[in-house]
Amino acid sequence: MTTVINVPPSLDDQTFEQVLEQLAPVPPDEKILVDARHCRWASPYGLTALLTLAQTRAERPAFAAPETEDTVGYWARTDFFKYAEELYDLHGTVPKRTGGDSRVLLEVTPVAKSEDVHEVVERIQAKAQQIISTELSLDAKATVGFAMTLSEICQNIVEHAGRGGWVAVQAYTWKKRLGRRVVQIAVCDAGIGFRNSLEGAPGRVRDDRWDDAAALEAAVIRGVSRFRDPGRGQGLSGVRRYCGRWEGKLSIRSGTARIALVPKWDEDVPLEENLPPFPGAQVQVTIPERAASKP
Amino acid sequence: MNHIDLGTVLRQTVSANLYSNLVTRPTGQAVRNQIELLMREAHERTLTVLDFSHVSMMDFSCADEVIAKLLLRYCDENPPHEAYFLFRGMTDDHWEAIETVLERHGLALAIEQEDGVHVVGVLSERERRAWEAVKRHGRALAADLAGEIGEEEPEIRDTLDGLWRRRLVMRLNEEYVALGGGAERG
Repeated sequence: MTTVINVPPSLDDQTFEQVLEQLAPVPPDEKILVDARHCRWASPYGLTALLTLAQTRAERPAFAAPETEDTVGYWARTDFFKYAEELYDLHGTVPKRTGGDSRVLLEVTPVAKSEDVHEVVERIQAKAQQIISTELSLDAKATVGFAMTLSEICQNIVEHAGRGGWVAVQAYTWKKRLGRRVVQIAVCDAGIGFRNSLEGAPGRVRDDRWDDAAALEAAVIRGVSRFRDPGRGQGLSGVRRYCGRWEGKLSIRSGTARIALVPKWDEDVPLEENLPPFPGAQVQVTIPERAASKP
Repeated sequence: MNHIDLGTVLRQTVSANLYSNLVTRPTGQAVRNQIELLMREAHERTLTVLDFSHVSMMDFSCADEVIAKLLLRYCDENPPHEAYFLFRGMTDDHWEAIETVLERHGLALAIEQEDGVHVVGVLSERERRAWEAVKRHGRALAADLAGEIGEEEPEIRDTLDGLWRRRLVMRLNEEYVALGGGAERG
């Protein structure tokens, strides 16, 4: 039997939860068809999370590509299908990638080892400079922090996930929530997740409240790391500072919980618990265009 | 004086030699190991210039591995040898990560800029005053500085010895010598 998992028309970090809700009752060894035929748009989070989803399945899943030419063409230009065809049985017409897209700052890129992070950072730098200072009207200093942020989030995969994941970076106008241009980084993996990673932390005090939410709070808010080295845990702290400085948003989902550093322009909740389970960690950073100052 | 170009070390260290960014912990560990290897050939007391001019950017993990761990090792009670560091070619593109790790570990370092050598990081006001006084003199006895900064000689000596243990000034017999002033070769 094949269970059909419908992809919503607009796929981002929020609507991906609808995908996971459908997936939750389906055993991992059961065949699924991820039906994206009616999907019109996906954020980098949506694209990388779809690849991650396939990694969680014991039985190779099927994938129905978007029917709209624009959508499927854009997904091809992000290199989504390049990796999707390794993980899914693809259905529908999938065009070959032709040329690049100015909205794509970094195509969907696998991250598994330290060299991948070098490659990602080198590739993003020239484009990031252009988009951050010109399109987002942010200080040039934001460019360096952006590359550092990207590097640190990708390293979480290398250091903690236990298996490879994906990163993608796009710029677009976020009409629905913000009405401004944004740059969005998404880094998703289907690895061991924050809770499992921190369970190996030295000196961890076992208490009654130990779950995915507690693990996320420990890592993101208190900078706890599974390594004894006192220099560890600075990466996510740096990402938090960067987001705070440029009114950005950081959200991390792991297991059944999701933590977010919510800027003024967003109405998200800081912590969500009891979400449908999903392995690994899914990180999103959103940096918005500087708001025009009022006259 | 040793001069280590971190851009060159980076390209020798990572498998592809086109990278210009100091990122990731494994890269930081490899770069630090290479620096220590180069320093092993040095004399008992050395001043090493770590040159960032050809490094585009550094992330927190790499700053922790390269800078914090190097300073912690050589500011330890039992360092491999008496090593001092002067950081050259640092820009805002490096500074954010470096500042963060210095604060995290309570470290300070000497950087060379166009207008001279400065000390940055975690220092008490007393340490900073003493360091500036040594810099003005190039080299000085504790007694020379006592009147200048309004402290008794034993107090200023304690402060200078603290700066020496942190490898922010050199100590040659009874004299304290500023880093980067040329006097360290004496």
